[in-house]
Amino acid sequence: MTAITNYFKSLILAELFRGLLLTGKYFFRKKITVQYPEEKTPMSHRFRGLHAQRRYPNGEERCIACKLCEAVCPALAITIDLEERDDGTRRTTRYDIDLTKCIFCGFCEESCPVDAIVETRHFEYYGEERSDLYMTKEKLLAVGDKMEKQIAADRAADAPFR
Amino acid sequence: MIEAIESALSFLPAGLVTLIIIVGKILVLVLPLMGAVAYLTLAERKVIGYMQVRIGPNRVGPRGLLQPIADAVKLMFKETIFPAKANRFLFISAPILTLAPALAAWAVVPFDDELVISDIDASLLYILAMTSLGVYGVIIAGWASNSKYAFLGALRSAAQIVSYEIAMGFALVGVLVAAGSLNLGAIVEAQRGGLGIINWYMIPLLPLFVVYFIAGVAETNRAPFDVAEGESEIVAGFHVEYSSMTFSIFFLAEYANMILIALLTAIMFLGGWLSPLNGVLPASLLEGEGFLALILGDGIHWLLAKTAFFLFLFLWFRATFPRYRYDQIMRLGWKIFIPITIVWLLVAAAMVVGKVGPWFN
Repeated sequence: MTAITNYFKSLILAELFRGLLLTGKYFFRKKITVQYPEEKTPMSHRFRGLHAQRRYPNGEERCIACKLCEAVCPALAITIDLEERDDGTRRTTRYDIDLTKCIFCGFCEESCPVDAIVETRHFEYYGEERSDLYMTKEKLLAVGDKMEKQIAADRAADAPFR
Repeated sequence: MIEAIESALSFLPAGLVTLIIIVGKILVLVLPLMGAVAYLTLAERKVIGYMQVRIGPNRVGPRGLLQPIADAVKLMFKETIFPAKANRFLFISAPILTLAPALAAWAVVPFDDELVISDIDASLLYILAMTSLGVYGVIIAGWASNSKYAFLGALRSAAQIVSYEIAMGFALVGVLVAAGSLNLGAIVEAQRGGLGIINWYMIPLLPLFVVYFIAGVAETNRAPFDVAEGESEIVAGFHVEYSSMTFSIFFLAEYANMILIALLTAIMFLGGWLSPLNGVLPASLLEGEGFLALILGDGIHWLLAKTAFFLFLFLWFRATFPRYRYDQIMRLGWKIFIPITIVWLLVAAAMVVGKVGPWFN
């Protein structure tokens, strides 16, 4: 008996019409497309984008050249040289991050004892040649200076979970 | 209007005037057709996008309306690549052989009781012949490409089109029996009656109507019958080696064929340019010169609206159904469609002989 009813069901194409009805319904649904340059999806304060070096409010750079980030970096993207300055503090003479190697894991940020190296929310950058993606200390500090307000706010938002 | 042009050009030799008028008629048909093809691609992307809860192309021009033009320009300026060891002559003639019948079939399509390039008596036969010729382009393309994917696609497409041709032909024989004429204009006029939609052949010939449209989808190699293209199995099937204009000509032919099938379905089963309001509204509203009569009465706009509906169905099918397996296609064509059409052919003949109203009395 079921075989016969199934035969007639297949003859009136019931399943096909159900399928059409479904796509027909979706035709009128609200579209979920996010039109990227104009609209953006919400972003976490933990987002790991372009790197930045931070400074203290008095303008002194935070990094103490402890080399923890260099040691932890799984992609070996960080290169650090250091010296002792005249005032007796350890400072970097060279702090390079090769963004073509970096995998944006955020370990450098986590390992930093003074919150000097951070990853910002900025991800819409580009380079026209390879050297543009090779971040030197000056470039990193410049990013930090430019985005300090948001960087500080993001650290403050994340502080309760640390 | 044609007489006016003829008299304006009377200083030219008579043969030349005829030629100019024929070419003019062809251009008046083909140019809007090309535009329709271009915008059908945009409509396809938009409709499928909407059904997938996306919004589709919207970057080129307002709401993406210039997208087809951008696509066309891009395709024109790309390089045509000839595969090594491909047969050049066949390789180039294949797209031409696909496009030419797809366009030639339009010569006999009536848009109105007067609007037709060539009002021949065997127009339905001519259309059947032309639409069947398209498969040679596909086969030659697959053969000339010297590529196994293209060859597989051509084989599949040949088998599929040949099988569905039969069901399609039988469905049309049903229409012939009902209308008693091979002339498309006469077929439309035979569907005129006082009851509007009820008079159209889609009611007495419903199974033939469904079979014809589905076979039409299969004939044009559209989803869910696109095994000839089968992009997830054989990349792009017969046109995998084609690029640039040669590729776009295949594209043009496919979409021109889609529009043709939609139009023919509207003509043969949905009363062509007849208004569905015949018999619903009083005749005084539908006839005459007034604006309302122009909209509500018979006219080309009804034909275009019906065609647009079937084109939407094409896109809707593509957004809904997964591709049929090759053996399922063959089963559907030979074991289901052909028996249905033969049985309904008998039923239709019986209805005509028995003068079953309101269609055949």
